[in-house]
Amino acid sequence: MRFQLSDDQRALRTGMRELLARRFDREALRAAVGRPGLDRALWRELGAAGFFALRLPEAEGGVGLGLPEAVLVFEEAGRVLLPGPLIATHLAAGTVPGAAEGETVVAAADGGGLLEWRDAADVVLGETEGPGGTEGPGEAEGPGPGEAVALRSVDPLTPLHRVRARGAPDPVAVLLTAAEQLGTATRACELAVEHARTREQFGRPIGAFQAVQHLCADLLARVETARAALYAAAVTSAPADIAAARLLADEAAVRGARDCLQVHGGMGFTWEADVHLLLKRAWVRARRAGGGADAEELLARELLSGAGR
Amino acid sequence: MDLSDTPSDAEFRARLREWLGKVLPTLPPPPPPDDWPGRRAHDLGWQRTLYDAGYADVHWAASPAVRMIFLEETERAGAPYVGANFVGLLHAGPTIAAEGTAAQRERWLPPILRGEEVWCQGFSEPGAGSDLASLRTRAWRDGDDYVVSGSKIWTSHAEVADWCELLVRTDPAAPRHRGITWLALRMDAPGVTVRPLRTLAGSAEFAEVFLDDVRVPVAHRVGEENDGWRVTMVTLSFERGTAFVGEVVACRRVLGELAREARRNGRWDDPALRRRLGLLDAEFRALWRLTQWNVSAAAAGGVPGPGGSVFKLRYSHARQELYDAAAEVLGDDALDLDRPWVLDRLSSLSYTIAAGTSQIQRTIVAERILGLPRGR
Repeated sequence: MRFQLSDDQRALRTGMRELLARRFDREALRAAVGRPGLDRALWRELGAAGFFALRLPEAEGGVGLGLPEAVLVFEEAGRVLLPGPLIATHLAAGTVPGAAEGETVVAAADGGGLLEWRDAADVVLGETEGPGGTEGPGEAEGPGPGEAVALRSVDPLTPLHRVRARGAPDPVAVLLTAAEQLGTATRACELAVEHARTREQFGRPIGAFQAVQHLCADLLARVETARAALYAAAVTSAPADIAAARLLADEAAVRGARDCLQVHGGMGFTWEADVHLLLKRAWVRARRAGGGADAEELLARELLSGAGR
Repeated sequence: MDLSDTPSDAEFRARLREWLGKVLPTLPPPPPPDDWPGRRAHDLGWQRTLYDAGYADVHWAASPAVRMIFLEETERAGAPYVGANFVGLLHAGPTIAAEGTAAQRERWLPPILRGEEVWCQGFSEPGAGSDLASLRTRAWRDGDDYVVSGSKIWTSHAEVADWCELLVRTDPAAPRHRGITWLALRMDAPGVTVRPLRTLAGSAEFAEVFLDDVRVPVAHRVGEENDGWRVTMVTLSFERGTAFVGEVVACRRVLGELAREARRNGRWDDPALRRRLGLLDAEFRALWRLTQWNVSAAAAGGVPGPGGSVFKLRYSHARQELYDAAAEVLGDDALDLDRPWVLDRLSSLSYTIAAGTSQIQRTIVAERILGLPRGR
């Protein structure tokens, strides 16, 4: 058992982190908040870097890597709050022309009640029922004929439509969502610790106060527990492991962002601080694919069957 | 990232599993929890069985991965817990192995491995629990002996122990962490009095130990005089490393039993309860993976690192949640001491206190892992 990242996996993660630092730093994030819409140039760069074709076999023009590697790059995407239907496009690589290269933007209804990035997508996958009729399966050029209803999304970087999606969620989509959540949770922990180290009150850094120390310790404990569950799920790809990873990663991201906000005090409550962006994205992802309830029910059934024990 | 056993680990696992299948049916049933002499005999008997089969020193000699396989497989098979041998095998033994002289290792290690001598831990005092460095039990030199006076508390197995790993203050003038020395104390030495302490679970799990001018030969000092704090830290990193592996396996087994009991008594139809058990399953799966992660990291880096604090923090809380969920499954029966899981629920309350409180673990995580400034 060598349950640690290999050198190649570390290099892949570093490469993705450097690409994103170059192309989607904090300034780009804030610019995106002010200017909604998908950055097609960035999307193509991601495609050129192999982000979407990562798991496509080399014979089909892909990178030929596996789920653990996909989890690592989606974690990096989650860390910088990279916007767009990343998972849907990644899953469509190899089946929807242009998806692998980042030329075609693919959105997908995932078995839950919400559809992300519908209007920006070239292709919308998944069977949905709107109030006025049926959309899909298949393609819709831009805003399709279906009756998905736009809502005013709480996350300024994730446009949402209300839909009723049929069919079960793709477990790989759930796993990659957990990876994004872990990235965001890690970022929340880093931001909280950085602030606690530098912000002074009562004549010393607030990180010297036990109440703040303990918030930060819990942030890290949630991140590390979720990380172990996520990487294991990427290795086994067992549905129960994926469900567990999802639950732990949702908790790490949502509670992590809240605690990070608390550590930032009044500043954390402002639009200027990035903390609310972390929290809102974590909320959106926590509702994907039926939310945590499905995962909990799956694990409960597993308990009864005694499988995996 | 690889979760599969190496070929040699897989062979170890298969051999162990086969042996457990043969030997466990021949073991006598465990004695009741209050029968300390019975428990001592049972636990020592199991250690002797392990010794004869070549597994006695698996906690010391084996790689972290093999140690984890051993704990996982013995728990899964329902083998006896390490029990009265806990301190000897997981604390005092590793400490003597790492810091003792050749003569000390020769004297103390074989009886631990053969299941002949039981050790207890004399660290905590009424005024030194989480703040261990404030301990006040005094020892001063008199010829070839130390003379020890003071008292210890929360000493598990004290009633049936032969030896005690004892921390004493040898230099009251030195800074708190400096003037401490690690001694091996014979529990039948004149001046040692043991008074059992009754816990909130009603049982005498541990004891107070009073030391009244007890003579301990200088030859029984492990490490240098006044260097006991460093010697002790070697021991504690083991406690936070793989010591809880078997317990995580046990908790997952309990969860399965709870699910079956809930289906039997009809509470399974309550989605809130089902989801609560599902979420707990996620937590224990994750803790198991975290252990594998930590063990893999330790295999690469040597001693278990501070990641053990993260594990201990989550695990001790999750264990309490588990037995609170058990109470929900049981309903009114959760108030009946004769029902399963009720005593476990009571004893789980100690987990966020023993072996470093959750608050101490958080401070360790904040200061040593996250690098936050030292608090006050």
